[in-house]
Amino acid sequence: MISFEMTEEQTLVRDSMREFAAAEIRKRARSADEESAVPAELLATTWSLGLTSTQLPEAFGGAGEARSCVTNAIVLEELAHGDAALAIAALSPSLFANAILDHGSEAQKKAHLPRFAGARFVTGSLAVCEPAPLADGSRPRCIAEAKNGTYVLSGRKSLVAMGDRATHFLVTAREGSELGAYIVPRDAVGLTVGPLEKNMGLRALPTTSLLLERVELPAESKLGEAGGANVQAVLDASRVALAAVMLGVSRAVLEYCVPYAKDRVAFDEAIAKKQAIAFRLADMHIEQHAMRQLVWRAASLLEHGLDATRAAWQARCYAAEKSMWIADNGVQVLGGHGFIREHPVEMWFRHARTLGVAEGLVAL
Amino acid sequence: MIDFRPTATDEAMLARLHAEALICRRHARAFDEREAEMIPDVLPEAAAFEAEAKANPLPKPGPDDTPPAVMMMLQTMAAYWGDYSVRLRRSTSGGLGNAALMAAGTEAQKAKWGQLLLSMAITEPGCGSDPSRVSTTAVLDEQTNEWILNGEKIFVTTGIRADGVVLWATLDKSAGRAGIKSFLVVKGTPGFDVPHKEKKLGIRADDTAAYVFRDCRIPRENLLGGDESIPKQSSGGFRGVMKTFNMTRPLTAAMGLGIAEAALDATREALTEAGVELDWATGPGGMGRLSAAAERFMRLETLFEASKWTVLQCAWMAGKGLPNNLESSVSKAHAGSAVRQITQGCIEILGAMGISREHLFEKWMRDSRITDIYEGTGEIQRLIIARGLLDYTRDDLK
Ligand SMILES: Cc1cc2nc3c(=O)[nH]c(=O)nc-3n(C[C@H](O)[C@H](O)[C@H](O)COP(=O)(O)OP(=O)(O)OC[C@H]3O[C@@H](n4cnc5c(N)ncnc54)[C@H](O)[C@@H]3O)c2cc1C
Repeated sequence: MISFEMTEEQTLVRDSMREFAAAEIRKRARSADEESAVPAELLATTWSLGLTSTQLPEAFGGAGEARSCVTNAIVLEELAHGDAALAIAALSPSLFANAILDHGSEAQKKAHLPRFAGARFVTGSLAVCEPAPLADGSRPRCIAEAKNGTYVLSGRKSLVAMGDRATHFLVTAREGSELGAYIVPRDAVGLTVGPLEKNMGLRALPTTSLLLERVELPAESKLGEAGGANVQAVLDASRVALAAVMLGVSRAVLEYCVPYAKDRVAFDEAIAKKQAIAFRLADMHIEQHAMRQLVWRAASLLEHGLDATRAAWQARCYAAEKSMWIADNGVQVLGGHGFIREHPVEMWFRHARTLGVAEGLVAL
Repeated sequence: MIDFRPTATDEAMLARLHAEALICRRHARAFDEREAEMIPDVLPEAAAFEAEAKANPLPKPGPDDTPPAVMMMLQTMAAYWGDYSVRLRRSTSGGLGNAALMAAGTEAQKAKWGQLLLSMAITEPGCGSDPSRVSTTAVLDEQTNEWILNGEKIFVTTGIRADGVVLWATLDKSAGRAGIKSFLVVKGTPGFDVPHKEKKLGIRADDTAAYVFRDCRIPRENLLGGDESIPKQSSGGFRGVMKTFNMTRPLTAAMGLGIAEAALDATREALTEAGVELDWATGPGGMGRLSAAAERFMRLETLFEASKWTVLQCAWMAGKGLPNNLESSVSKAHAGSAVRQITQGCIEILGAMGISREHLFEKWMRDSRITDIYEGTGEIQRLIIARGLLDYTRDDLK
């Protein structure tokens, strides 16, 4: 049945995340961006909220609460409304944990999930992007060769979220013509984690490259083990999650511009009274509203275990195009002030462009 | 629960409508080319189709199926997927004027005129977007208890077929919006003329008409709602009529989207035949691997989905009784520009085949162009949205 009704729980979660983002995330966003560092106390606080652990089954030390992709999309929108980089950093444990939970073998779950139910922040990561033109998450150049009961991985990855501290990487690679994902511990022989990357946006989010030089892994490293896993579904979920983040950024821009435009006077009246500005605000509203429908639709399909590849493409593409447009116009609404780092719109402008080309940074 | 899955019952209903739409589509071109003709109320295929439908009844929708307000949008899209105007059996009720009657009429008026097909005439040669400038006048003749109407209306949808019209006229031009009232005028009333059917870019089979009123006398009780007073401050009566837009705007959007979907489906077929692959697994970095036609098409399809679900969300709110004033403008504005881009884009993808009158692509582009114009242009929707966002009045932003 088609319905847009949020559950009571979703409304509660949305409201509490909105409050949390306003109180804890937004205020740290600018300095974190300037320092290119994620504040440790924020990770500790978000960890204590149990964003990852509550959704892990009790058997692995979690709270065993039902996981809803739609609810998680709502959480992402709200946290990213505070700040996209910090939201992604805070939710990074889910990046690795959810992939294992959804697609791992029982042994893999037992080996890796309890880590995420502990008292202190730990994180793993997903390595999808590659530092080459036309690099496509669904067609990695990184290769995995099956050899005498082991897998040998070779290739390069980039934009690996929390690469500086992840204990494990889930690395996507091509095995013959098949798309696979492989669990690579940080200390694997042949793996070099690069220095922190310098990106235009999401500066507070630590990202690194990975160099895999014939990294030899035991057979049980392949996600889903011998049978493999639907890695495209992992990518789909991460694309929808990124779209939810872009949605949060878009709403942040709109909500910043509205009071600004009512307050700022030019030619004897508020600039918001000029149609050129007012219509731009209307379009920002229209587009972020439409974006939300696509995000929820893809998340809802994922939640019910349906094929969401097309819906995820659409949600991600639309969010990438429109969030960039919204952020771009947000800068324009503020004029010269939009260009100055005193206001957050220039940061959101950099975030939007970065998010629109990224992959694998965040999960649902 | 937020859920985007239609049920089997929903889908069976929509599949039936799509089958019906395809029959209508066979006649689409002919009636586009023969604009002066009125399209038939019943197509020759109707009886056979209906007999078969009767033999295979659809499952009855229940409480677990998609709510009626949302289904209404999907059903509209399915009907317009065939053609904008041609129907297997055209409805003889439910004109735009009927919506106004239901929203603003008294019980007695609804009972008296509810069975008629009513058009709605607001637009005049001198005013469209700003209906507060309506200049058609209504003057009360106290002796005979009649209103005397004088003025000209244009672009009246279903204007030829309609049995009557809900007409906007002013009691007092100096009172602005507050002086405007709706009147019901039945066809055949002396002084009410229908001089011509308009000649249009698209939806040519639609009978859009011009109306002229010359000393046209109607009974005093034909004022909709019955309130003859002119309020000093508020625009109460005006508001009442504006409220009907909260369902008609998403409906107008759904009509245009039905056509856009037809264009997308036919373009997809043509692309598949040409061997163009639509690889939805492609990631952000891999876009460059897609062919230009594939990427263009996939983005248009994305735009369609964004618009469709925005319309459904708006209708869902209406069905729940939630205020959806802003959402109805959002859905109309979004669809208005989406259908322009989609139908024009499909032609660009297809090239010469797209503009040939052998195919329907060019017709779809002409037909869907109306979506961003009537029921409030895209600009007017943006005004409404901006006022809502900024908490501005009509005087703050116009
Ligand atoms: C096929 C068809 C069927 C129709 N059916 C009906 C019907 O059944 N009943 C009926 O009453 N009317 C009907 N209309 C009329 C329709 O609603 C009007 O054409 C429409 O509202 C626009 O008015 P207008 O044509 O006078 O354009 P104008 O108001 O002259 O507008 C011209 C341009 O100026 C823009 N504009 C106007 N005001 C503003 C503003 N404040 N800010 C920014 N831009 C502005 C408009 O968006 C538009 O782009 C129909 C029209 C057509 C073509």
